[in-house]
Amino acid sequence: MQRKARSQCGPCTSPATRSLLQRADEKLPFTMSDEAPTRPVPVTAQWRPVTARLDRVAGPVFILPAVLVILAFSIFPLLASLYVSLTRLSFSEGGVQLTFVGLDNYAKLLVGIDQAHFLGVTRAITPISAAILAAIYAGFFYLLVRYARGRRRTAVGLVGRSLAALIAGAGVWLVVDTILTSGRPGTLVVTIIYVGVDVTVQYFLALGLALLVVQRLPGRRFFRVVFLLPMMITPVGVAYLFRMLTDTSKGPLYPLWTHFGLADVSWVTNPWGARLAVMIGDVWQWTPFIFIVLVAALESLPVELFEAAVVDGANRWQVFWEVTFPQILPATSTVVLIRLIEAFKIVDLPNVLTNGGPGTATESLTLHAYTIWRALDIGGSAAIAYMLLFVVTFIGITYVNLFRRRVVAAA
Amino acid sequence: MSRHLTRLLALLMGAGLMILACTPGGTTSTGATRFSGVTLRVVTFTGPQIAEPLQRRGPDFQKASGAKVEVITVPFSDLYQKILTDFATKTNSYDAMVFDPQWMGDYVPPGYLEDLSDRVKKDADLQWNDIAPFFRDFSATYKGHVYTVPLDGDFQMVYYRKDLLDRDGLKPPETWQDYIDIAKRYQGKDLNGDGKPDFGSCVAMKRSAQSYWMFLSVAAAYLQSQGTSQGAFFNTDNMQPLMNNEGTSAALDVYKQISKLGPPDQLNNDVGDSRGLFVSGRCALSIDWGDIGPLAVDKTQSTVQDKVGAVILPGSKRVLDRSTGALVDCDSKTCPKAINGVNHSPFAAFGGWSGAINKARPDKVKDAAFAFLSYMSQPAQSSLDVTIGKTGFNPYRTSHFTNLGPWLKSGMSEHAAKDYLGAIEASLKSPNMVLDLRIPQTAFYQETALDTALAQYLAGELTLEQTMKQITAQWNKKTDEIGRQSQLEAYKASLNVTR
Repeated sequence: MQRKARSQCGPCTSPATRSLLQRADEKLPFTMSDEAPTRPVPVTAQWRPVTARLDRVAGPVFILPAVLVILAFSIFPLLASLYVSLTRLSFSEGGVQLTFVGLDNYAKLLVGIDQAHFLGVTRAITPISAAILAAIYAGFFYLLVRYARGRRRTAVGLVGRSLAALIAGAGVWLVVDTILTSGRPGTLVVTIIYVGVDVTVQYFLALGLALLVVQRLPGRRFFRVVFLLPMMITPVGVAYLFRMLTDTSKGPLYPLWTHFGLADVSWVTNPWGARLAVMIGDVWQWTPFIFIVLVAALESLPVELFEAAVVDGANRWQVFWEVTFPQILPATSTVVLIRLIEAFKIVDLPNVLTNGGPGTATESLTLHAYTIWRALDIGGSAAIAYMLLFVVTFIGITYVNLFRRRVVAAA
Repeated sequence: MSRHLTRLLALLMGAGLMILACTPGGTTSTGATRFSGVTLRVVTFTGPQIAEPLQRRGPDFQKASGAKVEVITVPFSDLYQKILTDFATKTNSYDAMVFDPQWMGDYVPPGYLEDLSDRVKKDADLQWNDIAPFFRDFSATYKGHVYTVPLDGDFQMVYYRKDLLDRDGLKPPETWQDYIDIAKRYQGKDLNGDGKPDFGSCVAMKRSAQSYWMFLSVAAAYLQSQGTSQGAFFNTDNMQPLMNNEGTSAALDVYKQISKLGPPDQLNNDVGDSRGLFVSGRCALSIDWGDIGPLAVDKTQSTVQDKVGAVILPGSKRVLDRSTGALVDCDSKTCPKAINGVNHSPFAAFGGWSGAINKARPDKVKDAAFAFLSYMSQPAQSSLDVTIGKTGFNPYRTSHFTNLGPWLKSGMSEHAAKDYLGAIEASLKSPNMVLDLRIPQTAFYQETALDTALAQYLAGELTLEQTMKQITAQWNKKTDEIGRQSQLEAYKASLNVTR
């Protein structure tokens, strides 16, 4: 450190500083200078070069185990599965054989035999879907133009945003054209629907509940625990619970369904009824996660801000919108990001509740990959997993770049 | 000091006596200690069916042989790949496995299973020749070698409410059109006297469950008419799927009609649901394996004791002409095996749970595993197990059909037993029996491609034409990936059975 400091300021430092540095060097029993010491070195001082060298390599040494663990359990499997996604597996005497097939597994999903299953079936655009698409695309265009005219624009930022708008535009077209026409959504679109609806509903529900339990109301401690319970139950258990609840012919809610004349109506044989059942289950299970994060964020807010707002004459809505909400935005953006990533992996509920049916109406990307994997098409399954990875990465990066950083900076 | 020594000697003697006392049979017994120290790890699907008898009889086998039996259960949907990956990765954590014999097409060629041909010949207690020829020569055998010990006999049949049909002067269904007519007649009527509307037919149509077997039970009647060796899945000349023709079209149409003559959530019902509905008196008809027979006499869950009849799968008066892809009327040439002008093609769906042994295990373990599978299959045990509904085992030995004692003891009336066993026997003796698919990657052809397309068709995602095209395209793609010629040879080998 001494040598670094001296060499950095050598020619530019004042005589006084140089004098101070020189005196400091003289006081040291051993300096890091290239000159050999002229007096006998104490035994402990003999080890100083070794310890100093160890100090220098200590960082990498301490990080190495973690790096090795990450390499072994994350990077290597990631690369291995990438290779597997480019192969076809077969069984031979004494083991397995992987045949390299290039992008064949991806081609099957995007343009081949599994295209309808993966992307869905599109139909001619209706006036309503055209209007929705036009509105969304206009929004994208407006945001791009606003960025291009802004003072903070950069070439990289503009290219990135244009690319994001292009991919998002294609995604929006796929969603609108498979849902709002007579088409059929594939597993990719079904997953996007799950993620969009689930995370949105979960957030607003959790926010409402969190705002309630931070009030000084009787029984709030009890409700805090109760609201957390769904998160403690294993997802498969939740799936079986909802399977029983949605069974209109012999489930525990049979008397209720009969009372409302719904005993002959099945939730899970209608595509949207089945998707709704899956989404209700997911919302029920994961709202507590957002709830607990928001409760923690709300309880950590300084009381002075609220007092000042009240003194200034703010009403309840103004206090929430102008004080509370901006303060919890960093926590909000983080918890929404975590839930977005997690929600893409939904598999237990559709698998247990409907096995992905009716038809493929409730099949998520992960369930799609699992179904193919069960038939030992490991390459095809890995290709779907990689497509999911691309989608999650794109949405995650876009979210962080366009929303989260801005929110955190503003807060 | 001497007192300490005396105590020590007494302690040692006591311990020695204790060890001797705990050793079963001492050193003179041979049967009870033959496999002493061996722990057998047997994998099968999550029960209670199939796993239950293995778990229940494990301790008895241990007393008799010294080998401890550990039954590992995994969900049925994971069983195929679980066993295969255990073999392929050489983990070899299972000594024996009780599985679907269809999977031999994937397990035998890489050499994962022990050849049991010599063992079955030498084991007199197994009474190999008592096992019905179909299960001996098809379920247990692959390319002339025995690889499994049958523990279960599987055929699909139609069950009907005998009391209702007798009351209304109706005959059990002979054709699939009869099945639909009867189902329509009872759909929405109260069939169990609880004042609530019930269902004409209850069939497992849930995706990733047993739906594709149910469909194939219907389709078989249209697709195969010239005998077992004709096959019902592919053209044996070029391995082209038989899934895009007038026969399959007719079967899909029947299947869709049946789907609308049942409970509202029929598309989400597996066999557990359909069996439960049938034995609680809520259905007039059902398609199932042999399980409903014993379940219907189970007083703990059945309300239809002695009210159930069983018949061979209904047939068709029109069958597929493979040269044109069209349906033609039955005559002596087009339907040589027809009964009363109706082509019946009983479908040996699944083939019956069978036990096999991991070739990579030590000899002593393999001997113990074979002894356990033999013990489970021997008439002394199996004749009782096939009469218990929760075992999931159905009759497969000649003695199971001829010895009515255990059936009567289980609560079945003589008439019901004869009716039930008669339906199975009629299927077994049919020269036009349809063998289930057993080629490499059968799981993809049936559980993935066919099952998904059927689910989409029933849900209205695909039209009838689109369904046939999708199945055909996916089957052809997989066949080309694996190799058309090798798949054709495997398919023809599976049909060339000795009966």
